Amino acid sequence: MTTLDTLAEAGTTDRTAQGLGTSARRPDGRPKVRGQFAFSSDLEAKDMLWGQLLRSPHPSATIRHIDVSGAWRIPGVVSVLTADDVPGRSSYGLDYPDQPVFASDVARYAGEPVAAVAADHPVTARRAAEAIVVDYEVREPLTDSEAALTAEPIHPLGNELYRQTIRRGDPAATGVVSVEGHYETGMQDQAFMGPESGLAVPAADGGVDLYIATQWLHVDQDQIAACLGLPLDLVRVHLAGVGGAFGAREDLSMQVQLCLLALRSGRPVKIVYSREESFHGHVHRHPARMWYRHTADATGRLVSVEARILFDGGAYLSSSTAVTLNAACFANGPYKVPNAFVDCTAVRTNNPPCGAMRGFGAVQVCFAHEAQMDKLAAALSIDPVELRLLNAYAPGDELIIGQVLTGTAPVAEVIRACAAAPLPPGSPDTVPELALPGGAGRTAERRRVRRGVGFAVGFKNLMFSAGFDDYSTARCRLEDGQVTITTAAVEVGQGLVTLIQQIARDVLGVDEVALGEAATVGIGSAGSTSASRQSWMTGGAVDSACRTVRERLLSSIAQRFEVPRAGLELASGRVVSADGSFNVSLSEAAAGEVLEETAVFRHPGTAELDENGQGDAHVSFAFAAHRAVVDVDLDLGLVKVVEVATVQDVGRVLNPVQLLGQLEGGISQGVGFAVMEEIVLDKGKVRNPSFTDYIIPTALDMPPVRVEALIEQPEPGSPLGAKGAGEPPSISSTAAVVAAIRNATGLELARTPVRPQDIALALAGQPSEGAGEAPATPSPAKEAMP
Amino acid sequence: MEQLSTEGSLLSYTLRVNGRDRPVSDALIEENLLYVLRERLGLRGSKNACEQGECGACSVILDGRLECACTVLAASAVGREVVTVEGLTPDGDGLSDLQEAFLAEGAVQCGFCTPGLVVSVHDLLSRNPHPTELEIREAISGNLCRCTGYGRILAAVKVAEEMHQP
Amino acid sequence: MLERSPEAELLAGGTDFMVEVNAGLRRPSAVLCLGRIPEIAGWRREDGHVVLGAGLTYTEMMEPELAGLVPGLARAARTVGSPQIRNAGTVGGNLGTASPAGDSLPLLAALEATVVVGHLAGTRRTLSLSQLLTGPKRTSLEPGEIILEVRVPANFGTQEFLKVGTRNAMVIAVASVAVVVDWVGHGVRIALGSAGPVVIRATDAEELAESRIDWEERRLAAGEDDLSDFVDLVRAAARPIDDHRSTAQYRRHAVGVCAERALRRAFQGDDRKEEPWSS
Repeated sequence: MTTLDTLAEAGTTDRTAQGLGTSARRPDGRPKVRGQFAFSSDLEAKDMLWGQLLRSPHPSATIRHIDVSGAWRIPGVVSVLTADDVPGRSSYGLDYPDQPVFASDVARYAGEPVAAVAADHPVTARRAAEAIVVDYEVREPLTDSEAALTAEPIHPLGNELYRQTIRRGDPAATGVVSVEGHYETGMQDQAFMGPESGLAVPAADGGVDLYIATQWLHVDQDQIAACLGLPLDLVRVHLAGVGGAFGAREDLSMQVQLCLLALRSGRPVKIVYSREESFHGHVHRHPARMWYRHTADATGRLVSVEARILFDGGAYLSSSTAVTLNAACFANGPYKVPNAFVDCTAVRTNNPPCGAMRGFGAVQVCFAHEAQMDKLAAALSIDPVELRLLNAYAPGDELIIGQVLTGTAPVAEVIRACAAAPLPPGSPDTVPELALPGGAGRTAERRRVRRGVGFAVGFKNLMFSAGFDDYSTARCRLEDGQVTITTAAVEVGQGLVTLIQQIARDVLGVDEVALGEAATVGIGSAGSTSASRQSWMTGGAVDSACRTVRERLLSSIAQRFEVPRAGLELASGRVVSADGSFNVSLSEAAAGEVLEETAVFRHPGTAELDENGQGDAHVSFAFAAHRAVVDVDLDLGLVKVVEVATVQDVGRVLNPVQLLGQLEGGISQGVGFAVMEEIVLDKGKVRNPSFTDYIIPTALDMPPVRVEALIEQPEPGSPLGAKGAGEPPSISSTAAVVAAIRNATGLELARTPVRPQDIALALAGQPSEGAGEAPATPSPAKEAMP
Repeated sequence: MEQLSTEGSLLSYTLRVNGRDRPVSDALIEENLLYVLRERLGLRGSKNACEQGECGACSVILDGRLECACTVLAASAVGREVVTVEGLTPDGDGLSDLQEAFLAEGAVQCGFCTPGLVVSVHDLLSRNPHPTELEIREAISGNLCRCTGYGRILAAVKVAEEMHQP
Repeated sequence: MLERSPEAELLAGGTDFMVEVNAGLRRPSAVLCLGRIPEIAGWRREDGHVVLGAGLTYTEMMEPELAGLVPGLARAARTVGSPQIRNAGTVGGNLGTASPAGDSLPLLAALEATVVVGHLAGTRRTLSLSQLLTGPKRTSLEPGEIILEVRVPANFGTQEFLKVGTRNAMVIAVASVAVVVDWVGHGVRIALGSAGPVVIRATDAEELAESRIDWEERRLAAGEDDLSDFVDLVRAAARPIDDHRSTAQYRRHAVGVCAERALRRAFQGDDRKEEPWSS
């Protein structure tokens, strides 16, 4: 595999060097491999109780009465809470507080919390929760997203969560070639390994210290304080070790209930979700139904793109607004089109709530727009890669929201380099038996295995959008030559903690960089670990704080030691002048000094979209291409992904090995969403809330990733020149794998994930239910379009 | 066959973990080995990610066999040798060659799957010191990782394997 | 111990039992750890048969000596779960759980395995698989009975096992097929897994296959290119359901594909290279 060689060209292979551009080791790696790293589920406190939530089994029910007496009768139970016990605001939400802490009069999804218990043993807590009797009047759930808009509202705020319309150009414009399709994407789950868990410790001042695995400490603090009816400074949120997130921890999980149990019982309380509870306890990726029509001229240049997209947002708003907005903005893909009419709506149903997941709306539309581009290429008999190159964005082009690409946009370079990757050697005739589709199940017959290749390109914004005032805060402290960086930024595994040290090392010329505790205490928000924003935003804040400290330090040294300020540098723990005449260790030169600087980093402002969906709504964009090779058992429909090659627009490689980890990890989630991952719902109930049946790729399923190239065109405006790299790998990888399956089978395959029956039965001449049949997606309603 | 001592419905017994005898008292009969290791013996290196034997985060070695601690009734481990990630980690601040390889190759992101993988890979290399890539993949097929896509993990195993070339 | 605590629940490898305990679905007050009973561990040869102790693990089924005697069982064992699961899970547990998707069950059915069940009163009885497995997750075991051992013929014909799953490890079979061709007795046995409430012998398909084989030449006779009638009979024998893992329609389709492939492989003999096992 050439990946590390490729990365070596991009940065340095010197693994012992530690600044930006090196594969510096992560500071939490040592405890993690030793099993000593404290994840949120590893915490404990003296006199600790165990908490347990009780959840509605019904997707829709009126709650007539809750009888908690059974729980109180169990020895060891210390606290039992319901909605009546919430002292402050009764609901919460990232965008708008529409989600109750505890359901009181109505349950709107299967899994909605109804009560909470704290007891002296986790088994006792579970049994006590089970002993609570809830009198439900079960109702018919609203589970069809199409029906939601005209159905009775299932929430006082109505069933339309958000609608984003984009109108650009001439609605009558049409090209000579037209291709249409209905597409569907299922409900993917983030499926992080570390189940939700936290520890809340009541404090003598009447407040609470919460140790939690989450994605944004300060936004949690805001919501928790509001629901507890406490001032912010009495709600102290501390980051506990996070076992992966991928968007699932942006919304509150147990935070309010846990703090409430601790405050009520007067003792520390810990909650750890079971895996089953975890599947019910966080948002999922919005399932989508999409209709598209692309038209082009005879040479393949896009003339128009029309899209109607329907997202099932589930019971509560979460971040459906932003997901919907994003999907609309990127609905056409990274391709120029003068006329675009997009209608993207998220609706409320009694299905489980949906919200943030890596890719955030762009994944769903990418599946559709890439399928459309392949259809167009086929209709025009143009090579699919050539068609994409013909239409690819370049710097200076306008998106369909009218925003001009003022930053780097090496879309053509990304496409060309990925398409040029050599195909992997071998064929279904030569691979080892275990590597055929079906693996150890030995189901494959080599002559009935067909290899296919598929290509897809995707993009999305980096950072938050549409006028949101996003910022990050970092503090640099230099004391006795020791550097400490403190932020409230959340490390979820992506390697931000490593980057922070690398920045400080470069700016201050030191090796050792201590990291302060990430908490809401004593420092402002670092924003969310999401939207591929932390390297830019917290990286920018750290860089800024360190540079200010550096300036103050060097000025102070120049003054105290009476040497010229100009030419003074920090390197290898020393302060040196350009001519070498001054050379003192940092600890000596800065002895007795304490320099501290807190920087707040903001990106340039963005605008909201107007009534036509026009506006400069985003800060920056990143592009990636994927080429997938699959082997398909034509008779059984089993798929083995052989390889995924990729090229990504990264701006600058800050840490080669961590970057590679993001690309490989994101692609594994894309592969999973193509061939195996889906929350299966039956009238609103999750049928597969376990790792037995929500299946993610194992080491025998995940192919090697070939990073063919990394395009480094430093992004103006990015403090380190880098673009966030976490999401692009998960956007077009799914589309590429499904395109490869289409190539192998000749089938349309309009839905992802692709199931064996979608392939096998179609090829055997008996289409199965729900396979590529055109779902009744909203067709272009003439009255809705101008 | 022995019968463990009971007090009402609580059990007391001794487990041999990482070469030391560890007493357990007043345990519920239904507690699994993972729970006992973590909550009663303070060995929190093994992780609970599914409690179904589906993810391998709780992998331990029982009488030389790689197993998921969550599918082992703790009391049934009496008289058996239990090795956890803590038992494969040098004292003090040191790292085994395998742990060092994991760090060097970037095989650790969130780290939740890491202890289980350290145990599984140790088990593999102790039986098959020079595995092929496919053999490695099959050996760790019971360890789910959501962050890495397994690429860096495979690289780490290869480095660890090369460290022991004759 | 069962005398003292007849309510004691039986625990073998724990890969089914403990999952239920951990989910709070099973709350044992007493547990009999079968892994402690040496009499039911391991395996032995006994006049032309192999006797598998109920405590025999999947990993042990894959070990070369036993794999040589019952190759189909070794193949089935390799498809189970993961190394961790294979080290713990047992054939007795697979039978006792009686899941319609049990990975060892189709091959055992095709070998016409017999199961020896012991009662604490000291008596023993021998059951066929169909006598033992009475429904999905139901057996005919009485209180006080445990599975002691499973008898299968040694070196019996050519054995094939194919398992369809939606990923390559740790997957519950969506459909599986075991085929055993008895060269001596001129018989074909076809057993379907995950295609009905219990393992199904596709007897009509077996008869058709037997009639299509040239036993002298050890090959499929004239018309061998078209086994569609055979496949139809296999499919007709299946009684699959729709569930969250797959559909009845697909399962029915898949068992047909797998049965044909398995049958054809039986005739490929030594030409078909066996992959080396990783341990």
